[in-house]
Amino acid sequence: MDAAIEVADLRKTYRGRRSGEIRAVDGVSFRVERGEFFGILGPNGAGKTTTLEIVEGLRKPDSGTVRLLGESPWPHSAELTGRVGVQLQASAFFEFLTAREQIETFAELYGASKARAAEMLDLVGLAEHAGVRCEKLSGGQQQRLSIACALVGDPELVFLDEPTAALDPQARRNLWDLMRAINAEGRTVVLTTHYMEEAESLCDRVAIMDAGKIKAVDSPAGFVRGLDAPTRVTVAAGQLDAERVRELAVAETVTEQDAAIVFETRDPRKLLTALASDGALEGLSVRTANLEDVFLHVTGREWRA
Amino acid sequence: MTLGAVREPRTRQVRTSAYLSLVKALGRGWLRDRSQVFFTILLPLLFMVLLASVFGSSSDSASRVLAVGEVPVLDGADSGDFTVTEVSDLDEALAMLREGDADAAVSQEGGTVLIYPSPTSSTSGSIAAGRLSALVDDVNVEVLSAAAPGEEVLAAEVEEADGGAVRPIQYLAPGILAWGIAISGVFGAAGTIVDWKRDKLLRRLRLTPASVSTFLGAKVSVNLLVAVGQTVVFLAVAALGFGLELSAWSWFAVPLVLLGTLAFLAIGVVIGGIAQTSPGAAGLSNLVTMPMAFVSGAFWPLALSPAWVQAISYLSPMRYLNEALQSVVVYGEPPSTVLPQIGFLAAFAAIVALVSWKTFKFDEL
Ligand SMILES: Nc1ncnc2c1ncn2[C@@H]1O[C@H](COP(=O)(O)OP(=O)(O)OP(=O)(O)O)[C@@H](O)[C@H]1O
Ligand SMILES: [Mg+2]
Repeated sequence: MDAAIEVADLRKTYRGRRSGEIRAVDGVSFRVERGEFFGILGPNGAGKTTTLEIVEGLRKPDSGTVRLLGESPWPHSAELTGRVGVQLQASAFFEFLTAREQIETFAELYGASKARAAEMLDLVGLAEHAGVRCEKLSGGQQQRLSIACALVGDPELVFLDEPTAALDPQARRNLWDLMRAINAEGRTVVLTTHYMEEAESLCDRVAIMDAGKIKAVDSPAGFVRGLDAPTRVTVAAGQLDAERVRELAVAETVTEQDAAIVFETRDPRKLLTALASDGALEGLSVRTANLEDVFLHVTGREWRA
Repeated sequence: MTLGAVREPRTRQVRTSAYLSLVKALGRGWLRDRSQVFFTILLPLLFMVLLASVFGSSSDSASRVLAVGEVPVLDGADSGDFTVTEVSDLDEALAMLREGDADAAVSQEGGTVLIYPSPTSSTSGSIAAGRLSALVDDVNVEVLSAAAPGEEVLAAEVEEADGGAVRPIQYLAPGILAWGIAISGVFGAAGTIVDWKRDKLLRRLRLTPASVSTFLGAKVSVNLLVAVGQTVVFLAVAALGFGLELSAWSWFAVPLVLLGTLAFLAIGVVIGGIAQTSPGAAGLSNLVTMPMAFVSGAFWPLALSPAWVQAISYLSPMRYLNEALQSVVVYGEPPSTVLPQIGFLAAFAAIVALVSWKTFKFDEL
């Protein structure tokens, strides 16, 4: 079976009259397997949306090839678009229609039933707002409606471009559950995001993108492992005398800052057991490396999105 | 929820239903957009009320004439033609004319009748002046025939064309309708394209199984339906409210209006391609439709315009739509007589559509 997505050496340069040339996508290659949950993580302007738009078939690349479910997304094919669901970064709706009319129109375009439309509206938690005009929905509700429209055609492959951008924390968690469920049904999901926790929590594999290039692709756990960074254990100062601290230096480094002692260790279990037996667990926090550290490591700069 | 492993290729049936659902969605949106309804339906009607009262009132009713001193010639006047008010001196009469209280002033010194048409309302002023000269001619004829009973004298009788049927509404209605069709076509298309640039709806629809051509077809269909609705409402109001007499060929207004709409939509697409914002699109649309209305005889007969305006009007699709509507709806001429106008409209629509297609930057959408 073909991969869900196969992309080789995509390039796209925008030529603005004033802004000059912007290399939005600069030699991007990746492959997404069927059923996979694939994330593209990167700061503003990294080229995520441009990459997705090329893969979806909205934009033509300057060079490079795209295979979507084994086919070329260009020119438009009713058969292929019927198998793919898309949520664009900017929500796009028919003017003056209610949420229900909106999704029913999309359902008809995909050849899906009204019942399916109602089901999707319910799935994204908009059933009680079905009669509200699209322009009167809040930003997060519009986002969810646009996700419902992406799912209404029962797609094998779903593109979600920053779906949680406008959501409050609760709605974000709900949407995470929804995205997991979509993926668990066997659909391939491609997600772009600014949020480290989101990528870590949802994605099988993550591509880290910066300045038009994919810097690295791996699973979140693989990234962290490859980083080989120590675990940081912090406890409140004053529970341990200096002698004991030195003994506990099974940790590589020990620093004292702001009334706290910070250990960095590659053997957190041993350290924590020792601290526990000393009864010195006040103000304890344990932080393992995460994608944020990975980003710093991979791109050589701080995450600032 | 299941993943369809084997999917039927989309059939023609799905295509038609996609077209129909798009027509439904876009049509609903149109009906709910109050400003659209105002511009396409109410504005032309407002213009008709306005223009009919400007051009229409004076020709039917009696001219209001100020008699300065003794004006014996008025004694022979038909009371339906004039309402005479007597004033004592010329200055007072001229002041009243400036205020618009009368259409003309007249004084008589022996054999000379002096006529002062209204400077403020040239139409009613010239009608009054014309009636007064006709009155003088009538009196002259009587005097001459009395003086030389055997001699034949020439007398002019003014007959109204078409047995008096051509009242201002008869030439105003087709012109205003043509203008209404033009603004809804040009503004509609230009505004829509700017909206699409902003809200990216077309990009989203490009990613559905419905093709862009299905969507554009649905959009054009909605505009054509609107044009037909606009025409029916307009002609009905003109006929029932303003006494427009519809000929037996009036139904042919529908294909004419459809063809005109295609031409104006094409102009709107060109404008929408250039403009980046809604106010920009509206401004440019005005810039095109306003002069077009003035040179096309939409609001007053072309014959009253200077020669250079008449020359320019040959380039304006509104002129041809106006002429064709007038011939068919008002004069009841069969459609075959407006074939040249139809040909021009079709050619214009085709050329502008081609230009807009070639110059349009699709990736902006
Ligand atoms: N239509 C366009 N014309 C010109 N430049 C563009 C266009 N779209 C994007 N760009 C530029 O290309 C670069 C990549 O943009 P893109 O939208 O792909 O980034 P992104 O990773 O999706 O960012 P964000 O996280 O903000 O959505 C940016 O520098 C942007 O300014
Ligand atoms: Mg983006």
